[in-house]
Amino acid sequence: MSEAKTSRTYRDKAQAAVNKPAALGEDIDLNSYLGSTEAQPYQADPSQLPAKAKERMLEAGVILDDVSQRSGTYIQIDNTPVHTSIRQEGVEVMAVSRALEKYDWMADYWWQAVAVDTDKYTANVELNQFDGYFIRALPGQKTIFPVQACLYLSKARLAQKVHNIIIAEEDSELHIITGCTTASSGEPGLHMGVSEFYIKRGAKVTFTMIHSWNSETAVRPRSGAIVEENGLFLNNYVLMKPVGSLQMYPATKCVGENAVVRYNSILVAAKGSSLDVGSRVLLNAKGSRTEIVSRAITTGGSIIARGCIEGNAPEVKGHLECRGLILQDGGRIHAIPELKGNLAGIDLSHEAAVGKIAEEEVEYLMARGLTRTEATATIVRGFIRVDIEGLPPLLGTELQRAIEASEEEVM
Amino acid sequence: MLDIKDLAVEIEGREILHDINLTIKTGETHVLFGPNGSGKTTLIMTIMGFPKYKVTRGSIIFNDRDITGLTLDERARLGIGMSFQRPPVVRGVKTRDMIAACLGEQGNEETINRLAAQTDLTDFLDREINYGFSGGEIKRSEMMQLIAQKPQLALLDEPESGVDLVNIALIGRLINELLEKDCPIVSRKCTGFIISHTGHILDYVNARTGYVMCAGRIGCEGDPHEILATVRERGYEECVSCFIKRGGVKIASDVHKERG
Repeated sequence: MSEAKTSRTYRDKAQAAVNKPAALGEDIDLNSYLGSTEAQPYQADPSQLPAKAKERMLEAGVILDDVSQRSGTYIQIDNTPVHTSIRQEGVEVMAVSRALEKYDWMADYWWQAVAVDTDKYTANVELNQFDGYFIRALPGQKTIFPVQACLYLSKARLAQKVHNIIIAEEDSELHIITGCTTASSGEPGLHMGVSEFYIKRGAKVTFTMIHSWNSETAVRPRSGAIVEENGLFLNNYVLMKPVGSLQMYPATKCVGENAVVRYNSILVAAKGSSLDVGSRVLLNAKGSRTEIVSRAITTGGSIIARGCIEGNAPEVKGHLECRGLILQDGGRIHAIPELKGNLAGIDLSHEAAVGKIAEEEVEYLMARGLTRTEATATIVRGFIRVDIEGLPPLLGTELQRAIEASEEEVM
Repeated sequence: MLDIKDLAVEIEGREILHDINLTIKTGETHVLFGPNGSGKTTLIMTIMGFPKYKVTRGSIIFNDRDITGLTLDERARLGIGMSFQRPPVVRGVKTRDMIAACLGEQGNEETINRLAAQTDLTDFLDREINYGFSGGEIKRSEMMQLIAQKPQLALLDEPESGVDLVNIALIGRLINELLEKDCPIVSRKCTGFIISHTGHILDYVNARTGYVMCAGRIGCEGDPHEILATVRERGYEECVSCFIKRGGVKIASDVHKERG
């Protein structure tokens, strides 16, 4: 077992933070959730998982009946990994518990991109560590198809605790699609997921996460990434289904020259959903760049759309774009774009807009023969369609399909 | 095809157009001249059916049907189309989506690509509609949408404004194609009504009848080239003074006094 797993330091720090509320978001009472549940059986053939589970996973972009267009697959139900497989040389996909046993260097990555004592959620993940995924692209290896991972919450009232490690070694290319979903359409549950990304020199990672929870789920992801010289991290997040309370504010540090980070988020808050979602990028190395784009739609729920870019090195460049659309009364969007410039010669900008659909635009489309409803739907569809540069065509198509599948609920 | 009878139109309670009478037969192209602010755009926006323009008197007859009470999209589906002088940017909606909307059920990739090539807008299909477009690109995009829509009545609002000489020739060709100018008038299915402040478009597109609008009224009607020659020689001031002499123009404040 590696040092990481046995380190008292992390456990001590976690212990000290076990009741520490998060800096943002509603405080979740962890005592109202079950700490553990029975283990799930391992399934060597993921297509043999229950049909209902597969259907829900598919809604979150995880395909199990035909994995020919995946480089690897990781499925976790509740707190148990139930399937891991790889289909391409040069890529490692395994349970993080297995990686901790296998590699003694895991300490170099364990709680290095996310602080263990960030809040009670990170502390609880450390103290009640069950599992998570470990995905790694070996040096110079480029995945043709994406690796897929699914975190599935099957047991009502369960607190799912996950710790994921993603490593792209030097000059590698790794595409990941991850779907997080729940079996139940109405039972409460809690998802606490720590994800740490390490993008080495010249490596490229695209990470596309689709969340498909229910209106009673509380979700507290805690993600951090470190990008080295000439590395590229492209992070896409889609949430179009109802959720209870979701708060996350992932942070990426560019530590190498000319590192590039792009965050794209598509958020839809149905009535009763409360979202506090943002992305932070620290441009700590010369010439590093970032673009943060978010599209927020409320059909009655509440969204706080955050974004923060910090320029701490020469010749860095960052742009933040946050646009919100309020489609129904009762909905609320609070855009909080932040720019922090800490030296001369940096270039940071932002644009934010929140409002309703412009009547002039609806009428323009109606003058082409579309009904008011069709015109509005076309504009909304366009609003949530973000062109994602750098995403492989297959993933782009799948992402678009996932968005279109949820459009009806938005309209 | 289009018959406007005793039309009065107000915007936000203020009467802008007064006693408009106009008839355009199928296949003909008519041009409406007039100084800025005279009400030209108001007239075609009213014919198109934009809700901001409220008809207070008179009627609009299209193909023998009174469309005065129809909505904007109902009129578009009946076969009225327009090119906007300053169309809005619709973020996220691509030019390709707009063309597909205009084509309706006839839409397919091949047709969209052909129309884009024809209007020199192939590189614009995947761009957001009107976002960062130059003046000429906007006009070409508007023409592409109209050609896709195949209207029976095409309303063109200043198709040449803000367009350079190279683009104006192309736009002229596109208008001629839309209005089937190479067909004999009796076999044309598309009728045109063009607004032009400068009249430059007449160098490229032939028209049968011209009108001059001043202060919300149509003053003279006649050969469009003759009208344009007068305007070019003496300016719209001549038209205004001519109307005043004939007692045909009431400035907006007079109208308000009468109504008040």
